Amino acid sequence: MGKYVLRRLLVAIPTFIGITVLVFFLSYLAPGSPLEMLFMDSNADAQVMADMEARLGLDQPVYVQYFRWVGQLFQGNLGYSYRTGLPVWDMVAERIGPTLLITIASLVLSVLIAIPLGVMSAYKPYSGWDYFSSGLSFIGAATPNFFAGLVFIYLLSVKVNIFPSSGMYDSAGAHTFLDLVHHMVLPTFVLSIQQIGSLIRQTRGSVLEVLQDDFIRTARAKGCLESRVLFRHALRNALSPVITRIGSMIPFLVGGAVVTEQLFSWPGLGSLMVLSINSRDYPVIMGITVVIAVAVLIGNLIIDLIYSVLDPRIRYSK
Amino acid sequence: MKKEKGIKGSYFQDVVERFLHHKLAVFALFFLAVEILVVIFLPMILGLDPYSIDVMAFGKGPSDTHLMGTDDVGRDMFARIIYGGRVSLTVGILSAIISLIVGIPLGLIAGYFRGKSEIIVMRLADIFMSFPSMILILVLASVLGQSIVTITVVIGVLGWPDFARLIYASTLSVREKEYVESAKAIGTKTHNIILRYIVPNASAPVIIAFTFRTAQAIITESSLSFLGLGVQPPAASWGNILYYAQSISVLANKPWMWVPAGIILIITVLCINFLGDGIRDALDTKMSV
Repeated sequence: MGKYVLRRLLVAIPTFIGITVLVFFLSYLAPGSPLEMLFMDSNADAQVMADMEARLGLDQPVYVQYFRWVGQLFQGNLGYSYRTGLPVWDMVAERIGPTLLITIASLVLSVLIAIPLGVMSAYKPYSGWDYFSSGLSFIGAATPNFFAGLVFIYLLSVKVNIFPSSGMYDSAGAHTFLDLVHHMVLPTFVLSIQQIGSLIRQTRGSVLEVLQDDFIRTARAKGCLESRVLFRHALRNALSPVITRIGSMIPFLVGGAVVTEQLFSWPGLGSLMVLSINSRDYPVIMGITVVIAVAVLIGNLIIDLIYSVLDPRIRYSK
Repeated sequence: MKKEKGIKGSYFQDVVERFLHHKLAVFALFFLAVEILVVIFLPMILGLDPYSIDVMAFGKGPSDTHLMGTDDVGRDMFARIIYGGRVSLTVGILSAIISLIVGIPLGLIAGYFRGKSEIIVMRLADIFMSFPSMILILVLASVLGQSIVTITVVIGVLGWPDFARLIYASTLSVREKEYVESAKAIGTKTHNIILRYIVPNASAPVIIAFTFRTAQAIITESSLSFLGLGVQPPAASWGNILYYAQSISVLANKPWMWVPAGIILIITVLCINFLGDGIRDALDTKMSV
């Protein structure tokens, strides 16, 4: 088990290096040099500019700059924002929590809704129930986050004021847990819709396949309860592709979080990303990208671990 | 439809027949064909103009002069939705073609020549697939400039791993087959082997993946444009039409400015997915017994 974890960790390292290289060179290509950004309006004389350039290491070759940047990265220094002048790490750190909150909540919600629906569909294929949940999954997969968000805000916030349409807490009053949950309902659900759609289809397909197997017939023949056959024998064996699908949901959830956070004024990394792109605040854009890369790698690692716990063959064969 | 059991037509006839059994897919194909014809020809026929401003109608609801109302700048919504369809469909289809063009050679190289190229290409594919492409697209579009061309290229290039993986998998399974070996033995050139034996074998999953990639690209483009970071006004796309619905007054009081664009977007993506499903069922040889 320990060996397996170590191997997965080793695979994550080149991925991380690849992403830092990509992010660094993109920002290197970005229009406007950091110096121009720092001295926006002033006509600082050439000597001062040259000194500054040397101090920031901007006169060095690209690869030297890259290694310096990575070195700083490991010390937790992501540079300073062009827009606010604050350390990027501080700005990013306070946004990580809210983004983790809605992405994890929506991952859990997707699983809780989609897996039972998918299993039921597979149990009674081509029944009214199956058509209902298949229809739901088709429409869910085809509905962009932002449009679902607009519709829900219109229905549940504007027409009938049940849920708030923006922020994490009411501006007035104490920050209570209940208030937070109340604000989370719409963004979490909206972020989940597309994922629920694809997860229902995956679950239905793989349970349907397992239900044809001989050991299911054996379980039924020896008098197992149907619910036990379905959830213990069938679902457990159908779970591998489902877990893979859940793993591949992570990048989509993080991408979707950008749109969802912007729409619901949710104070997370995604809305900071949009703000930073609009103000061409490259250090923050780079910082967020690197932090997201690390988060996604950790997420993938967790999925890998769950995978190996559920399917012992993976632990031993590789 | 007449049943011709027992008489086996050509492979192509079988495929068409199975496809026609999939009612939703047939409807979807019909809808998409009509939609494409409409966005190409209707502007010429009706002389639609999505840019000019009607100073008599800022944000007015549907009327005789403006069938679907106007937006807050006084532009005709019907014309903008039709023109938006041109942009959204073009970005979707072209970027899927770019994904295909980038992904297929890479997958072929990895699968056919194996060795180092296999490790490099497939590891790169893993990296691209595990990272949120939306984030990369946002960063790239902000660095390269947010035009229709850059959006199309960026979405297209970042979509390569899907195709590379499909081609890679099918190349692996085909390259050891006897007929490939015999082709090699009689001295067939490598590029001929790839084009005549490897590529055709992978065409079914690639066609299916192409439809889903197109749908995904349309959603990505509309999300970017909705954020104001994709197709820029005055050009219209279904996403940037919906940009204005971020204002609560538009959302609450002017449904004609956002509901139709959103619904046509969903129906289009839905139809592309149904079409993909229909093609999958039709090409699945396991079903034909």
